[in-house]
Amino acid sequence: MKKYSAYSLLRNALSHNRNWRTAWRSPEPKKSYDAIVVGGGGHGLATAYYLAKNHGMRNVAVLEKGWIGGGNTGRNTTIVRSNYLWTEAALLYEKSMQLWEGLSQDLNYNVMFSQRGVYNLGHSLQDMRDIERRVNANRLNGIDAEVVGTAELAKAIPCLNVSSDSRYPVLGASLQRRGGVARHDAVAWGFARAADALGVDIVEQCAVTDIDVRGGKAVGVQTTRGPIASDRIGVVVAGHAGVLAKMAGLRLPIESHPLQAFVSEPIRPVLDTVVMSGAVHGYISQSDKGELVIGAGIDAYNGYGQRGSFPVIEHALQAIVELFPVFSRVRMLRLWGGIVDVAPDACPILSKTPVEGLYFNCGWGTGGFKATPGSGWVFAHTMAHDEAHQLNAPFSLERFATGALVDEHGAAAVAH
Amino acid sequence: MLLIECPWCGPLAETEFSYGGEAGITRPLDPDALSDAEWADYLFYRANPRGAHRELWNHAHGCRRWFGVERDTVSYRITGSFKLDLAEPRSGGNTEQGD
Repeated sequence: MKKYSAYSLLRNALSHNRNWRTAWRSPEPKKSYDAIVVGGGGHGLATAYYLAKNHGMRNVAVLEKGWIGGGNTGRNTTIVRSNYLWTEAALLYEKSMQLWEGLSQDLNYNVMFSQRGVYNLGHSLQDMRDIERRVNANRLNGIDAEVVGTAELAKAIPCLNVSSDSRYPVLGASLQRRGGVARHDAVAWGFARAADALGVDIVEQCAVTDIDVRGGKAVGVQTTRGPIASDRIGVVVAGHAGVLAKMAGLRLPIESHPLQAFVSEPIRPVLDTVVMSGAVHGYISQSDKGELVIGAGIDAYNGYGQRGSFPVIEHALQAIVELFPVFSRVRMLRLWGGIVDVAPDACPILSKTPVEGLYFNCGWGTGGFKATPGSGWVFAHTMAHDEAHQLNAPFSLERFATGALVDEHGAAAVAH
Repeated sequence: MLLIECPWCGPLAETEFSYGGEAGITRPLDPDALSDAEWADYLFYRANPRGAHRELWNHAHGCRRWFGVERDTVSYRITGSFKLDLAEPRSGGNTEQGD
């Protein structure tokens, strides 16, 4: 891997940018690997990277049915925060936050992590009580959080309507200053490039069609590019987790839903932070290109189509326009949907399974992007040691039978 | 937007309805007899198929009755609606819905 630096920029500029190398190889898949990661999204690539970097496992393949970062990694609203209510979730997302803070240096790839702050609005007295509770819980876990009132909000976000006669009156907000956004594509590309440099084979256009299980042990996968053997298989496929589980004869407590987002035409800088409102199901930030990036809530029905229904879009935009009247005449440029894998407690499943050597990383639902590095970190540990890292031990499949759920529904600063 | 046919009121816009998840799951008659795993199965485990799905909808802003819909979860095409036959014995939450 050629290191990216100011010097390399200059050198390549002088040669008219004709000598840049591809960021990762496109190898033919080998017959067998020490470990296979199914799914070349951010979480899968991060898993492969940390398998190689932290655990010395370099004979690893990432199998991606489409192209790198073409699924949910490229379809989210890029928000990063760690202000979760329950300790188990907060520590997992905070691990991720700490990795984000050094990620560009670590990967030698600018993921454009911008800690511009994340505001979660409260619209009722109960919202504000919940916010105070969550802020206190966050601070007890060593996570930065504060409660801000309307006066401070009006000062920080001049275009936000905090008047008392608005349809969704804003009574205050929680603020995590370390939260912000990162460039989603760069996260996938950066992890792919760094994993590739450590010897990981990234195999695109390679769909897994079956998982081979013999005597209760995973022994390999069948793919559209032939069979590949491995006794450690990590499945990180978000919305299609249930489909892959079925191949191994397993079931998951996961339901797949469409989640929609959209961007506006680019406009001048107007919003330098992230504003989320769980109560009205809308969240918004402005990209470096000037587009407003807006996320909606999930469509209620099960769906594997990467699109949703118009009423959900209308609902989210109504809320955004009510909160930001100044955006009422901004036109939307693009709209898309991703398939999110929602677990009953709105928390992920990072777990061993009844099949030996088969691991699942799924259930991130609507909020997986922020967890990309931390998810890879703990899942790589789980795959390498056949044992959960202490941070993901609470997120096992068993919790649904024992009842030890980590209920972040409605508690995690946004409604799910 | 989905066009959903209520068996009583006819085809109407999705916004009149609320979604009730997978159809055909009945509460076990004797929960005390179930193991934790079986109870978890009833509470949390769903077929979540990629393809044909039998699901519950409620005509929330209309006649307020529950009914079933057959819908493809990839194309979202609805192939039919049906009234729920409460007398018909149905599986617990433990088996996949394939009928």
